[in-house]
Amino acid sequence: MLFKHHGGVHPNDMKAPANQTAISTIPQPPQVVIPMSQHIGAPCTPLVAVGDEVKLGQKIGEAKAPVSAPVHASVSGKGNMVQAVIIENDFKDTPADTVVPAADEDLFDPERIADIIREAGIVGMGGATFPTAFKITSGWGKVDTVIINGAECEPYITSDHRTMLEKPEELLKGIQLIMRACKVEKAYFGIELNKKFAIDLLNFHGAKEMGIEIVPLKCQYPQGAEKTLIQTITGREVPPGGLPAQVGCAVFNTFTSYSVYRAAYEGLPAIERVVTVSGSAIETPKNVKVRVGTPMEWVFEQTGGFKKEPWKVIMGGPMMGLAQYDLSVPCGKGTASLLAFAGDEDRTAANPTCIRCGQCISACPMNLQPIYMYMYEEKGDIEMMQKLNLMDCVECGACTYICPGRLHLTHAFKTGKAKIQAYNAALKAKEEAEKAKEEKKEEK
Amino acid sequence: MNEQRNLIVSSSPHIRTPRDTKVIMLDVLIALAPAFLASIIFFGWRPIMVTAVSVASCVLFEFGYRKLMKKPDTYGDLSAVVTGVLMAFCLPPTVPWWLPIIGALFAIVVVKQLFGGIGKNFLNPALAGRAFLLASYAVLMTNWMPASFQNVDAATYATPLASLSGGALSSVSLGAMLIGNVGGSIGEISAVALLLGGAWLVYRKVISLRIPLSFIGTVAVITLIFSRGNPHFMWMLQNVFSGGLLLGAIFMATDYCTSPVTPKGQIIFGVGCGLLTVLIRYFGSYPEGVSYAILIMNLTVWMIDKNTAPRRFGTEPKRPIRDLFARLGKKKEAAE
Repeated sequence: MLFKHHGGVHPNDMKAPANQTAISTIPQPPQVVIPMSQHIGAPCTPLVAVGDEVKLGQKIGEAKAPVSAPVHASVSGKGNMVQAVIIENDFKDTPADTVVPAADEDLFDPERIADIIREAGIVGMGGATFPTAFKITSGWGKVDTVIINGAECEPYITSDHRTMLEKPEELLKGIQLIMRACKVEKAYFGIELNKKFAIDLLNFHGAKEMGIEIVPLKCQYPQGAEKTLIQTITGREVPPGGLPAQVGCAVFNTFTSYSVYRAAYEGLPAIERVVTVSGSAIETPKNVKVRVGTPMEWVFEQTGGFKKEPWKVIMGGPMMGLAQYDLSVPCGKGTASLLAFAGDEDRTAANPTCIRCGQCISACPMNLQPIYMYMYEEKGDIEMMQKLNLMDCVECGACTYICPGRLHLTHAFKTGKAKIQAYNAALKAKEEAEKAKEEKKEEK
Repeated sequence: MNEQRNLIVSSSPHIRTPRDTKVIMLDVLIALAPAFLASIIFFGWRPIMVTAVSVASCVLFEFGYRKLMKKPDTYGDLSAVVTGVLMAFCLPPTVPWWLPIIGALFAIVVVKQLFGGIGKNFLNPALAGRAFLLASYAVLMTNWMPASFQNVDAATYATPLASLSGGALSSVSLGAMLIGNVGGSIGEISAVALLLGGAWLVYRKVISLRIPLSFIGTVAVITLIFSRGNPHFMWMLQNVFSGGLLLGAIFMATDYCTSPVTPKGQIIFGVGCGLLTVLIRYFGSYPEGVSYAILIMNLTVWMIDKNTAPRRFGTEPKRPIRDLFARLGKKKEAAE
């Protein structure tokens, strides 16, 4: 049986240039920049002072809030702090004392595994960067199903695919740890069918015996969006504004699972990840291991550089990634790909015009009506925007991709959300002010 | 490091489908080609002249209006070409050369551009142009000619629809209706050619089957149940394959701009078109009802769209009818 979701679009997956190349290592940069906030939630407080010697894997930013994740040194060398920790690389990779595999008995205790994951600073590596340990502990008692996201539905990206092919056993062990930490017996591993060989390989390595069911998914975007994936695999729908735990699900990315393995069995925190370098401006598309904090520019240089002058550089996938204007931006924990496009892949039009084709409605995985949301956003009609559930938009970009009139739909919805939030905040403030006034009157 | 580059920064997504408005319009034109070919085979050179004049004047009016109003050019999106072809297709082949020009003026300037151009008009421009011509030049617009391979008297020729309207089966064989060896408007005669075009549109995902199937299906079911001829099945088939039903259901009712955007709404729209078509054919004074049925349904699109929003993700579907029964049941229980 083939699993598919409602709506969606079918962009050319563009994975061919990179998915045949094995993960390679690039030389380390002379300097890494490690931001104190590489996740959703509270930023870290730095633990090193200027001039301190830091070692590989040493914790350099402490997470005090529950929804947070610590950050670690991805190289060894001399620390230098601004708003991030900058480490002058000494190219020695001297490991910190904390970089030791966990004791075997620790790997069977959910609380201990969650601790290891928290200490390793692991966050959702698919790009959302939600702190993984908090996802696990907050789901206790609610989550009955663990879903591993191996859809990798964004075009160009192949880093998860290569990880499945090159580290299948380690990956499955990581998933097993997550299952144990979540206190569930069964996990579903959703993989799109353009990674057929990876599906076979994981099954060959005994996924089934470990209680991990590989679910082949139809190639469609946004198959790997959290809510969509849960619906496809379990049939459950996360209510509007809700979290997956409300329907008993917890979703973890493929590379997150592999990072959990490394944290537990090698003691290595989240300081390195596989990044796909691809796009029409790239000389040789590749998958490379990149230390967290490595500037994008260094990665591009070390993978063969540009064959054409880049027109647009994207951190993340082409559908949801962020366009960058400065190549010195460091790669973070959630950077699955770096893309450089030579030409106008946006296909922007001089006069975007809606022709009412309704394809945005068929494409929306959240069953929204982008055509009307856009109309009211243009007008600034907050009431109608809310009525059309604009806040439900997951910003996947499917409607914008398919739009023949070349409307900037996703962009409009992002600003529309901000408008709604500002409006509601103002409304609340006004209400509170009036309440305070009335209370004062009563006192008098 | 740190060299300056001119990089574009914009909101995601950063890729888009190559299929833009122009590609879609081109697909519609390709889908109309078989019907055009059939009209040339059965009517000779006249369809070429009428279509050429219609297309040329549509594009010219579109270009001229946008220039005059100092608005960005839109003739490049080919939508005016499609309007021109569609309007020509619902004119009799005998019309004088200047008639399409007047129709194009009304269709493009009044119906389309005065409301803001492509995507903003609420009536189908081609059909509105035809309706305008029919109201203004009733004689010219009902002067039918037989197809070239038909053995009939050209002077007193009546289309199969005229005979259906009189409540009798047409003497034209079903085979002739299918291939198009029959009188009628330029583009409507060959059912096979129109179905071929429809198949292309569905294959290229320009249209979904929702509107054409619900439209044609409704006409078929109603004419079968309330048949006026014998055999009933033949009556139904003649009603489906004669007149502008296929042209209307495949190419006119599916016009993006003047049909609902929600899946549920499209089915309601199609059923409404079918109902009105049969009503006009049965009880109207004019034998054909397709064009007016579509034009009337065009006016309901906004209302249909508003009331057929897709179910919000993560919520229970609304079931008004079931809820009503549940409420009635409760009342009954309370009464007991």
